[in-house]
Amino acid sequence: MFLQQLFNGIMLGSTYALIAISFTLLMGVLNMLNFAIGELFMLGAVFGLTFVNFGMPFYVAFPLAMICTGCTCLIIERVSFRPLRNSPPSVPLLSTMGFSILIGSTAENIWGSERSQFPQWIEPVDFHIGPVLISSTELIILAAAVVIMIGLDLFIQRTRIGRGMRAVAENIDTASILGVDSNLIIPAAFFASGALAGASGILFGLSFSIVSPFMGMEPGIKGIAAMIVGGMGNIRGAIVGGMLIGIIEVLSVGYLGATAKDFAVYGALFLALVIRPQGILGMLQAERERI
Amino acid sequence: MSIYHLDLMSALGINVLLALSVYCPMVTGQLSIGNAGFMAIGAYISAMLTVHLHIPLFPALIAAGVVAGFIGLLVGFPALRLKGLFLAMATLGFGEIVRNFFMNFLEPLTGGAYGFRGIGNDPISVFWIWGWVIFFLIFLHFLSRSRLGLAMLATHDDETVSELMGVNIVRLKIGAFGLGAFIAGVAGGLFAHYYLYIEPEFFNVWKSIYMVLFVIMGGMLTFWGGVMGAAIFTLLPEFTRILHDWRGAFFGLVIIVLMIIRPSGILTRDMFRWDYWRPSLKEAKP
Repeated sequence: MFLQQLFNGIMLGSTYALIAISFTLLMGVLNMLNFAIGELFMLGAVFGLTFVNFGMPFYVAFPLAMICTGCTCLIIERVSFRPLRNSPPSVPLLSTMGFSILIGSTAENIWGSERSQFPQWIEPVDFHIGPVLISSTELIILAAAVVIMIGLDLFIQRTRIGRGMRAVAENIDTASILGVDSNLIIPAAFFASGALAGASGILFGLSFSIVSPFMGMEPGIKGIAAMIVGGMGNIRGAIVGGMLIGIIEVLSVGYLGATAKDFAVYGALFLALVIRPQGILGMLQAERERI
Repeated sequence: MSIYHLDLMSALGINVLLALSVYCPMVTGQLSIGNAGFMAIGAYISAMLTVHLHIPLFPALIAAGVVAGFIGLLVGFPALRLKGLFLAMATLGFGEIVRNFFMNFLEPLTGGAYGFRGIGNDPISVFWIWGWVIFFLIFLHFLSRSRLGLAMLATHDDETVSELMGVNIVRLKIGAFGLGAFIAGVAGGLFAHYYLYIEPEFFNVWKSIYMVLFVIMGGMLTFWGGVMGAAIFTLLPEFTRILHDWRGAFFGLVIIVLMIIRPSGILTRDMFRWDYWRPSLKEAKP
């Protein structure tokens, strides 16, 4: 029973971790909280479902949906970040909240407010690993999440653009002096963040069989919580934070009842901020504290 | 005035109060996205007092404000360590905790997720609401002209320097947070007794976000900015009824555009200087 709960927590946590990474990319590189990521998450699932309904196979529809959300995030960069780069951090935050309202309400008008779900895509097979029951869908979703996380980590650590992102995160001015093209790096970070949010939306829609214009808000906020619990601006921390939030949520439902769920999650957020604002992995540098 | 206009005036009054409740902490540099939590506390406390204990409205509202303000002080203490977006996230978590509390507990008293019905028989008159609005506006007017108000603005501009100049930042910030919570609590009480029905979903994250939007859109360093923002946000949806379902999207667009053309809000502090409107100075500005 406990192991099964733990596994379910990890399943949920992998979605939160992907959203948290999506927030972390922008928070870490640019010190910007993009509030519209929750809606990009929703948009990913809705686009994916639309493309599948057009008759596209899954392996075409999903990357396409990710590109769409990535491009939406590029628009956000152009409108909410670039012109406001020198304002206090609350101004871009508010602008992305505007985007969040815009995207959510547009999606509701276009796709209607009903819930729908992805059609059956593979033959469901159940695996028993010890006491844990895992369906083939869950296995694929988990594998996809892990592949995306490892791929992103390699991208940040190994590639030229990834190195540029880390340089910009350290100090944007010094990075420019040393020849890092911030007009390439910053849109790249936004695109990656948007695509990631879209991917997590698709995976969430697949694993919980819900696609609706309202699905973005709660996972979005929990993604922020996961980012904070894991330590802002650190991708590995975001993964740990996401898993932790997912496990806390599932275990508190399992052992304390459904009413305890959000208490446990937001209580963890509040406590994490008050007791350990630098996050579990404690990667907050001295200059980051200024924000 | 028709009922429609009275309704609009009441909604406007409550929104002005909510804007002021966000303005108070913000003027000392604290961004709170959890004021819907304080509003919920005020709404539920006052409704429980008038419905279950048959206490008259005025003391119930005061109690609502005091309880919300006290909890605001309690939240303000740990929040002192946090700045900027960290504080915003902590307060957001607090607001969600409060909403979940009223969703899941006290159900025999408040109806829980089903909503709290039957708060009085008739809605309170619009004068109740505007009486409070005018009271708080006068209060803030005198506060902003006092030494304390100056200290608050100084804290916003540069915390370290104002601390060096002898401003007690800890007391100031916690006090501002508590004052904001007090105003939000009173606004919540008025809300409950005007609409006669409350449910936890009314006090979700979006409510908090809208309050912040009022202030930042209107201008965050003068309380008239909050009033202006609340007015725009209350009246704009009424004037754009032709857009039907696209009103929400239009609204989002307005926020985005306004943030680009006036990132520090519509009303700024220097507009209140007597020489702001002189053309020569206007041209000289960068």
